Amino acid sequence: MEFFRIRKDIPFMRHALVFNVISLLTFLLAVFFLISRGLHLSVEFTGGTLIEVSYQQTADLEKVRGALGKAGHSDFAVQNFGSSRDVMIRLPLKADQNTAKLGESVMSALQAEAPGATLQRVEFVGPQVGKELAENGALALLLVVVGIVIYLAIRFEWRFSVSAIIANLHDVVIILGFFAFFQWEFSLSVLAAVLAVLGYSVNESVVVFDRVRETFRKVRGLTTPQVLDHAITSTISRTIITHGCTQLMVLSMLAFGGETLHYFALALTIGILFGIYSSVLVASPLVMWLGVSREQFIKPKKQIEGANEDGAVV
Amino acid sequence: MNRYPLWKYITVAVALVIGFIYTLPNFFGESPAVQVSSVKATIKVDPRTLERAETTLKGAGVTHDGIFLDSNGVKVRLKDTDTQLKAKDVLEKQFNPDPQDPQYVVALNLLSASPTWLTGLHALPMYLGLDLRGGVHFLLQVDMKGATTKRLDATAADLRSLFRDKNVRHAGISRDGDRITIRFRETDVRDKGRNTLADNQPDLQLVEQGEGSDLRLVATLKPEAMKRIQDFALKQNITTLHNRINELGVAEPVIQQQGADRIVVQLPGVQDTAKAKDILGRTATLEIRMVDDTPGGLEAAQSGQVPFGTELYVERGGAPLLVKKQVVLTGDRLTDAQPGFDNQTQEPAVHLTLDSAGSRIFKDITRENVGKRMAILLIEKGKGEVVTAPVIRTEIGGGRVQISGRMTTTEANDTALLLRAGSLAAPMEIIEERTIGPSLGAENIKKGFDSTLWGFAAIAAFMIAYYLLFGFISVIALGSNLLFLVALLSMLQATLTLPGIAAIALALGMAIDANVLINERIREELRNGATPQAAIAAGYERAFDTIVDSNVTTLIVGLMLLIFGSGPVRGFAVVHCLGILTSIFSAVVVSRSLVNLIYGRRKKLASLAIGQVWKPGNTATAPAGK
Repeated sequence: MEFFRIRKDIPFMRHALVFNVISLLTFLLAVFFLISRGLHLSVEFTGGTLIEVSYQQTADLEKVRGALGKAGHSDFAVQNFGSSRDVMIRLPLKADQNTAKLGESVMSALQAEAPGATLQRVEFVGPQVGKELAENGALALLLVVVGIVIYLAIRFEWRFSVSAIIANLHDVVIILGFFAFFQWEFSLSVLAAVLAVLGYSVNESVVVFDRVRETFRKVRGLTTPQVLDHAITSTISRTIITHGCTQLMVLSMLAFGGETLHYFALALTIGILFGIYSSVLVASPLVMWLGVSREQFIKPKKQIEGANEDGAVV
Repeated sequence: MNRYPLWKYITVAVALVIGFIYTLPNFFGESPAVQVSSVKATIKVDPRTLERAETTLKGAGVTHDGIFLDSNGVKVRLKDTDTQLKAKDVLEKQFNPDPQDPQYVVALNLLSASPTWLTGLHALPMYLGLDLRGGVHFLLQVDMKGATTKRLDATAADLRSLFRDKNVRHAGISRDGDRITIRFRETDVRDKGRNTLADNQPDLQLVEQGEGSDLRLVATLKPEAMKRIQDFALKQNITTLHNRINELGVAEPVIQQQGADRIVVQLPGVQDTAKAKDILGRTATLEIRMVDDTPGGLEAAQSGQVPFGTELYVERGGAPLLVKKQVVLTGDRLTDAQPGFDNQTQEPAVHLTLDSAGSRIFKDITRENVGKRMAILLIEKGKGEVVTAPVIRTEIGGGRVQISGRMTTTEANDTALLLRAGSLAAPMEIIEERTIGPSLGAENIKKGFDSTLWGFAAIAAFMIAYYLLFGFISVIALGSNLLFLVALLSMLQATLTLPGIAAIALALGMAIDANVLINERIREELRNGATPQAAIAAGYERAFDTIVDSNVTTLIVGLMLLIFGSGPVRGFAVVHCLGILTSIFSAVVVSRSLVNLIYGRRKKLASLAIGQVWKPGNTATAPAGK
């Protein structure tokens, strides 16, 4: 079997402007939704209490809401979780409330009004923890970006590292945009998925850039767009097969992983799909706009640190 | 050219065997067990406890599948849950004859059911996180400010008695915030005070302030002293929590320090959060009360008529004692208890330190009750025990109290420990709480396992269909990656959580990248006309750089998550990082050794089973890479 029977290099760069405009539009759209709707942050970040209960039969959400209202709770959210029998209740943080007794008070209220509930999970997060998690998350993202930029700058050249990180941050913003638009819950595990995607799609750019450098060194008489086209074309089969395999695994998580892994797998799916697109079709045009040329790879007689004799290859 | 020396094959084989052995325990599951451990710091679980448990079970006709002693206590492995419950009842009756005053924790537990030879190799199954086995998780924040304030109060009291002893006339000592201010009227007195402090209180940093007749010496704690106090407070709180949690009868509680001022408490299997919280949050377990020496009172109480306002207790030595119900002091006022020796008699003693309010009360009480007895009670589990009931000889000021008389050194140590353990060094607050039901845990394991299984199967099917024999080799490499990863996690006894399982699945999904790179490269070499042997060699050699390169970026992410992540994210990060390391080995070394084993010896190799290699005609315009 051989899926990719490509006779000529595909002229990706001829359409570079189109790709970049599409990216810019999706990016702006994502930013727009992030600003207008905001992320639906999980209790881990906002602080508060989350209670998951399950019923034998289909749960009557109205009754559950009524029970909570009678018990004196306000600003709560009640929704189904996974199946119609599972209910998730969220309560905001309140200064004067005895958090230790919150879980029990909710359960006793439910037993009175909507009996038959069994407690599955309680999660309480205090305000200081939530704030700290949000700060640490942002710091982790920042340091991942800095680490990758430095690594690529050493391994290749600053133009590559800048375009790779822009292309992949654009993925991150788009994933966040999806989460904002659909108001999916953004939890700690989603954050982990987003960062994993960042590292994963940078791989993609690394593979293409390896080829770009190799072609610049080995082949004379090609224009920069031709070199980029050649590099993308000769790695496209690997790119799609690898992403396909990873996506198979993620789809399996989406199908079998249940509610807990749902958003994690969803973030990965979006990330992988946009990762193919952006690392190939966004990063490469950016390298071109930034003015990469053959001279940058030929001029210095000594090797770029870390590269082997032939330049790294795919 | 595609031959490995023998030692490389042996390395791969040994790695696989080790991986297999350490993965194995995870498949045996767990068998029911009963665990006996001690509630009190003074009672040790030793080989005699083991013997006692064994004879008890034998006497009751309960057959067990093994009994042994480890650092947690005596563990008995049992055939099924019915026998487990029966054994628990029998042991409970034997070890805790008085249910009101339990000496031991007899708890249900699960033990790895893997054979003893595996356990002997320290091959243990992965430790399952709470989200997979059910239980309660608390994150407690220790109020460090409270701890230092408490300490400063005690120090202020110390200073008062110190100045009195050294005859330094000060005009008042007060604590405000984290500073102690001492007022003086004359400069030379202040200098004298300063020298006295420098000699006796090395933990204090002194600054002179004020002028004229309003002279001040402001003392603050040195940073290293502050750190020491906070470390002590945290350790003390952990010890206290240990003692309290023992009462819950949890088989394997986790009580750990997290960061500088936080404590994680995990109680697997516990569902009653209300009770758990109640016990964690309890304070003041030490009480000082006066002994009622009214003639005839004791006799009346022993005959059943306890006089109003008093309670009957039995002293450590066994002598009965009538104690007033009115509490003079509680454990809140105690800042420290250390074993030591009496200055004059060299008898073993326990030195108590009270905070300033406590010292004042204690001073008043002792002044008014010289010649009478006071009782120091330890309230454990709502039940009091008289630790000691000394006679007050003189007025005791300065907040330093010594308990001595009829004590051995061990008893002094134990009493100090009990007194310390009774109180928290600093207040704590629950800032995070998670409860996971046991059914949810089992469900999570199944979900995680299913996702990995089906994802793996899908990738395997695709790889074999697309790359034939090389695809099959890639799948074996991927399988060995899973083996190594699980073995490594088991060896490190890392805690497996649901995000951890997700990371395993994701690691597999990403690890296949290396094999795709290699296989694609070999095809490309063949396409460009290389001989099969040369194509294999070139394919592996040149793909290696790219594999390392692309894994470094992933590793950067993993490390950042490990550093900044907490809770579930950390579980994800650990597996993510380990998965990258094992994937390089399995994708490159393991798969290469298989390829070499299959193709390496064939001199006249005509083709490779790597699937169809499509060759374009002469129409390609762009020159190939090489």
